[in-house]
Amino acid sequence: MKIVVLVKQVPDSGLERHLSSDFTVDRASASNVISELDENAIEAAMALADAGQADEVTVLTVGPDHAVETIRKALSMGPDKAVHVQDDAIAGSCAVTTSAVLAAALGTLEYDLVLCATESTDGAVGGMAQMLGARLGVAAMTGARKLTVDGQKLTVERQTEDGHETLTASTPAVVSVWDSMNTPRYPSLKGIMAAKRKPVTTLSLSDLGLAPDTVGAAGATSKVVQAEPRPPRSAGQRITDEGEGGVALAEYLASQKFV
Amino acid sequence: MTVQRILPSEEAEAVVDLARQIADAELAPRVADFEARGEFPREVLRTLGRAGLLGLPYPEADGGAGQPYEVYLQVLEELAYRWVVVAEAVSVHTLACFPLATAGTDRQRDTYLPQLLAGDLLGGYCLTEPAGGSDAASLSTSAVREGDRFRVNGTKAFITHAGVADFYALFARTGGPGAGGVSCLHVPGDAPGLLPQRPEDKMGLNSSPTAQIVFDDVMVDADRLVGELDGGFRIAMAALDAGRLGIAACAVGLAQAALDHAVEYARQREQFGRPIIDFQGLGFLLADMATSIAAARELTLYAARLKDAGRPFSTAAAQAKLFATDTAMRVTTDAVQVLGGYGYVSDYPVERYFREAKVLQIVEGTNQIQRLVIARRLAKGE
Repeated sequence: MKIVVLVKQVPDSGLERHLSSDFTVDRASASNVISELDENAIEAAMALADAGQADEVTVLTVGPDHAVETIRKALSMGPDKAVHVQDDAIAGSCAVTTSAVLAAALGTLEYDLVLCATESTDGAVGGMAQMLGARLGVAAMTGARKLTVDGQKLTVERQTEDGHETLTASTPAVVSVWDSMNTPRYPSLKGIMAAKRKPVTTLSLSDLGLAPDTVGAAGATSKVVQAEPRPPRSAGQRITDEGEGGVALAEYLASQKFV
Repeated sequence: MTVQRILPSEEAEAVVDLARQIADAELAPRVADFEARGEFPREVLRTLGRAGLLGLPYPEADGGAGQPYEVYLQVLEELAYRWVVVAEAVSVHTLACFPLATAGTDRQRDTYLPQLLAGDLLGGYCLTEPAGGSDAASLSTSAVREGDRFRVNGTKAFITHAGVADFYALFARTGGPGAGGVSCLHVPGDAPGLLPQRPEDKMGLNSSPTAQIVFDDVMVDADRLVGELDGGFRIAMAALDAGRLGIAACAVGLAQAALDHAVEYARQREQFGRPIIDFQGLGFLLADMATSIAAARELTLYAARLKDAGRPFSTAAAQAKLFATDTAMRVTTDAVQVLGGYGYVSDYPVERYFREAKVLQIVEGTNQIQRLVIARRLAKGE
């Protein structure tokens, strides 16, 4: 089976992040890293490769020049090669237009399974797998915490608020994963060295047959018009115990879905 | 840690980055708990091994990473900064691989080294005996040739990884008295009759077992003799020259951790209306700590670069081990002082650093032995 894993370079979620003046994510001044859950998608692909169920793993990303650092990071975990869609006209894309670019790029690749994160740590839209499924005309199974492959049959345990549901589909398909699926491996020293020599194909919009005005800020289906910093943390809610304190606590926790 | 490192290659940058990444994610969150419970972090070492960090200074042809000592030691420093037991474990493992890597035959290296350096296995180094520490050449554990095997009897003491190691580099007497009658054997950890004793109750390094190992009629195949018969003592001393650099690097990392903790505290702790670092008495103390750590690091790396260049380095290694570990002892003592009462309680890690530093002045040759090594070279006019 051939697997394509989608990865995205994002500002480090552990550090302070900013928006640019046009309300797009400020990537230029940020410390950029691979989006956390993408490592779980790579791990899922490499686990299948280690088990002899995948014979080729390709990393696919859309992003500016420096996204190649994220490609190398991804390749150091074991995938065979990478495709980098890079075009200045893509800047400012919304999730919908990004999915058009990714679908076009996937059209140039052979794949049985597309793996991605359920959401990225920057936009956190959480709709890429669904949109790609629709554009590619294949099944999209989202929010997976477990994935098993039996020939052409894929079985996914999908995490829900109440528990999980089991989905099956035949290949080709798109599966998005949560971090509950696995623990990503560290790259090995040999993997880091090998990553420098692995092939990375760079594609432009014209390579994909996409017109520049259908993507990027020009083609975006949504636009952020206002943004405000998160308000400072307010004082907590105080429960005075008049004999019913325990009940009130339990009700609060239940309302917040902690219990 | 805000150390500016000058590394020799892009590859070396990647090695140190990887070590730092794993150290932050896997070592730092676990150290306090494992030290408190005295549990050996075997799985953490497997993680380091899988990442390729347990065979750094050995040739790629043998399954190592082919990194210079200069790079390997900076990895140890990064590990020791978070958890000195883990750094020491890597150092001891590297020491235990040394005889095979440097004195093993082609066949022995092909047979054993790749799996030793691949990261799944962990080694121990059996030289010291209850009656023979600094006077290592007086060791009495015997290895008597019987057909195509050696019969080993005796007791080794203060063995790091006793009971958890998968193999041991063992030094035993095969010939007459003194240094000329010692041989090196590569012994599997599960050999019948190899009996690790109850772990010692130690002052520090509590997450790493240290114990005596009794060899009770342990039969070792003769093809596990490493180097020449009766030629083992030279191997042991060469291994310790390299091992001293490892301990020096552990000391530098530990001292840096103590300094950083003390500085952070001194910047935040206010007395008499201002941060205590602004009082000259403390500011100068911290300045001296920082300066001696920087000097210890450079002396250690200087010795490593001599080794990497194929030049004699044992005097420099002895100086680095002596200076770096004495520095670690002084710096960790002063770090406790900077934190005052908080430095003396185990809610903060500095009292642990203080306890950990002490052993570094003792292992891989006491600091008195280091001075002996240096003084002898001076006496010879070298």
